[in-house]
Amino acid sequence: MNKWILILGLILLVISCKDAGEKENVKADFQSLEIPTYNFNQLEAQLPNDEDKTYIVNFWATWCAPCVEELPYFTKLNKEENNVEVILVSLDMPNMKESQLLPFVEKNNINAKVILLDDPRSNNWIPKVDENWDGAIPATLLYNTKNREFYPEKFDTYQELLEEVEKFKNAK
Amino acid sequence: MRTFKILTVSAAIIAASAFAVNNVVNSEESSNSSENGYHIGDTAANFKLKNIDGKMVSLSDFDEAKGFIVVFTTNHCPYAKAYENRIVALDKKYKPKGYPVIAINPNDPNKNEQDSFENMQLRAKQKGFTFPYLLDEGQKIYPVYGATKTPHVYLLQKERKGNIVKYIGAIDDNYQDPNDVKETFLENAIQELLAGKEVSVKTTKAIGCSIK
Repeated sequence: MNKWILILGLILLVISCKDAGEKENVKADFQSLEIPTYNFNQLEAQLPNDEDKTYIVNFWATWCAPCVEELPYFTKLNKEENNVEVILVSLDMPNMKESQLLPFVEKNNINAKVILLDDPRSNNWIPKVDENWDGAIPATLLYNTKNREFYPEKFDTYQELLEEVEKFKNAK
Repeated sequence: MRTFKILTVSAAIIAASAFAVNNVVNSEESSNSSENGYHIGDTAANFKLKNIDGKMVSLSDFDEAKGFIVVFTTNHCPYAKAYENRIVALDKKYKPKGYPVIAINPNDPNKNEQDSFENMQLRAKQKGFTFPYLLDEGQKIYPVYGATKTPHVYLLQKERKGNIVKYIGAIDDNYQDPNDVKETFLENAIQELLAGKEVSVKTTKAIGCSIK
């Protein structure tokens, strides 16, 4: 019962925020209401690849301290950089979606797309993300139509992340 | 200018290959140390670490063992927690057959209170651990093994020249649900060793919490 009141509350909250800036608005909708749950094949099929855009796919979980430390870099990037889109792939346990993931995303005002990856056969899909990844999170994939690079560790500073993204934006 | 560039590049290549030769020599001298940790067939280093009962535990204490299931695991990580019961079951099943579990917490307790020695004692009691649960004090052992996350398994077989790494990776193919496991990677490897066969699947991958 309480859960439904909360969900209704969230819907109202989002509706009442509709007047905010257009880009923000779309992202806010994404954030508070819809965290889709995908298996790896679905995730792979949904990953966009628009020309002239650089995508950052970050694998994280709400309990993972280094992941949470670097999250603000990704949200800042998503907000401030043109032609950059951040996709946060949560590896929280699926039964924690309601109790942890949704409240976390809400509380931290995450403005990027969040997807819950529910695919326990991780031995099958980890190598598809990157051959050399052994499955430790955090891990981040940068890609655009010209380039693709995998970072199997945390970014220590925003600057470090920004520099990597700039390289991608400038790739010919 | 171009020639200079080529010269520089060649110099770099020579330097790099010299470095590579050095590496080979080193790894022949001692297969115990590699920057990226152990590979299949390497000899695993012995260690002496403090168990939750306060006593020091070393691989050389286990005269009867045919090998070891070395599991890097920890208290705080939900992926590790999801495997605790499965690790207890493995120890109960394979300790009598010569492959006991040795669990090691590789995390720095100063970074997360949940991973402290006291909390290791508590967790082991709550979950009824039947095996040593050691603290990698000073974080010296996990880098030698090359563990990067919890849980992370190294299956060792005792041979004349030492404890040889036979399998590295995941316990099974479902980190979420023990009732929906299709492939028991680690158990398959132990069964193969017990049957005197070569391990067929030597490495696997699984999601884990990075070691801090």
